[in-house]
Amino acid sequence: MLYLNIILAGLLTGAVYALMAFGLSVIYGVIRIVNFAHGEMMVIGMFAAFALYRWLHLDPIAAMPLVAAVLFLAGYALQRSLINRFVTQPEPIQFLLMIALAMVLTSTMLIVFGPNAHNVQLDYAFDSYEVGGLLFDKVRVFAAAGALVGAALLWGFFQFTRTGKAIRACADNNLGAQVVGLDVARLYGITFGLGVACVGAAGSLMLLLVDVQPYLATDYTLLAFIIVILGGLGRIGGALLGGLLVGVSEALSGFFIDPSMKSMFSYGLLILVLLLRPQGLLGRRA
Amino acid sequence: MLKIADLDLFYGDAQALYGVTLEIAEREIVAIVGANGAGKTSLIRTIAGMQRPARGTIRFVGQEIAGLPSHRICELGIGQVAEGRQIFPNMSVVENLEMGAVIRRARKEARSQLERSYAMFPRLAERRRQLAGTLSGGEQQMLAIARCLMGQPRLIMFDEPSLGLAPLVVAEVFEIIRRLNADDGLTIVLVEQNVAQSLTLADRGYVLENGQIVMSGAGAALLADDRVRQAYIGI
Repeated sequence: MLYLNIILAGLLTGAVYALMAFGLSVIYGVIRIVNFAHGEMMVIGMFAAFALYRWLHLDPIAAMPLVAAVLFLAGYALQRSLINRFVTQPEPIQFLLMIALAMVLTSTMLIVFGPNAHNVQLDYAFDSYEVGGLLFDKVRVFAAAGALVGAALLWGFFQFTRTGKAIRACADNNLGAQVVGLDVARLYGITFGLGVACVGAAGSLMLLLVDVQPYLATDYTLLAFIIVILGGLGRIGGALLGGLLVGVSEALSGFFIDPSMKSMFSYGLLILVLLLRPQGLLGRRA
Repeated sequence: MLKIADLDLFYGDAQALYGVTLEIAEREIVAIVGANGAGKTSLIRTIAGMQRPARGTIRFVGQEIAGLPSHRICELGIGQVAEGRQIFPNMSVVENLEMGAVIRRARKEARSQLERSYAMFPRLAERRRQLAGTLSGGEQQMLAIARCLMGQPRLIMFDEPSLGLAPLVVAEVFEIIRRLNADDGLTIVLVEQNVAQSLTLADRGYVLENGQIVMSGAGAALLADDRVRQAYIGI
């Protein structure tokens, strides 16, 4: 039963990871830009939720839509003003741009919030539900539910709205999108905004589970990469599966071996997948 | 309706169009013929706003459109059935058609135009839930035409619509183009390597060679011209 509880906690954390990786996957799948500042944006989401908690006593769950909305606007503006000029540039140039952006973001957070860790103290932080002998931590349940709602909303947006379908069309055939008169630059802006909103929302939820400090950013960037490569780049279901797997692997290795060793097992999973199924678990062969 | 003057286009240092000047009147079918690499597709893409000309003017119903982005040009009523069809292979047939009507000028008519498209191409209606990439080449060409019509264009540019299709299907495509012009009053620009068939259908034609217009005239007259016959038809 203890093992099941550990797996359960891993799955719930994994749902938040999935929402984070979802953002990376959406941006890469449509714009073909690898967001090397993804973890930084995650930490910005965490700090934004922390600021809202500190100043307005807003629960991170309640802050999530607000953080997502603000980060959507910021992501949209960033893409339209800066990143869009690099869309047709060679990949090494894009890489330099995104790394530079990541450094600027981390340094800004250091200046504003300092290097120390911050957290939120919620009165339900140690509550849990018990169902048939299984223990569900309340914060983890809330965080996972928030992540699943966010992912479902985004999925519905891509499946059913005119703008969502137009974004899929850009990803499917960029030339075709121009032929029918889609405003590709604007749709790219919206896509980048949505990707950043996703990771920002994941950041607010993550604040329920861990303390925030600026240097977390690199870890989250790598984690997001592991997850999307595990699941299969550009596959929405892939980010979900990869997130859950990494969540469980971290929880189990943290319990059986040592919490500081948990990344080793995530990388181990990555190497296994690259050896045995390089297109990712749900990926299609190129 | 469409007046192009002194159009130069470059890809980096390579010049693709040299002072192209041509005119297309309302309800006309104009063929632009020429060999592979003559600049036909470059010309279409420049009109469509997908390439920026270095010099020259493009006027559509009196308005200067050279240099406008492609989505603005579609809004004015210039539609395109592109080379290689350029459908969305991983989206369903109906989603492909919906994408044709995202531009603002087409939104109000989208629902009724969808019914008209299905009436015109019953095969598309049968396959509306199927992924467009699984259609046959001929069906994909019909989808590309139907998707273009979803945008309520006044002028349609067809870029190599017969490429890679069986002769029977080619005849069908040319018949559709003829009807769009005769019955619906659409202005047609037809770019083709299939010189004989397109000049037969067209009111007028231009011959494009190495990025320059080298000949123009009535379709039938060009078809009878010895130079055209030798260079493009092989008799």
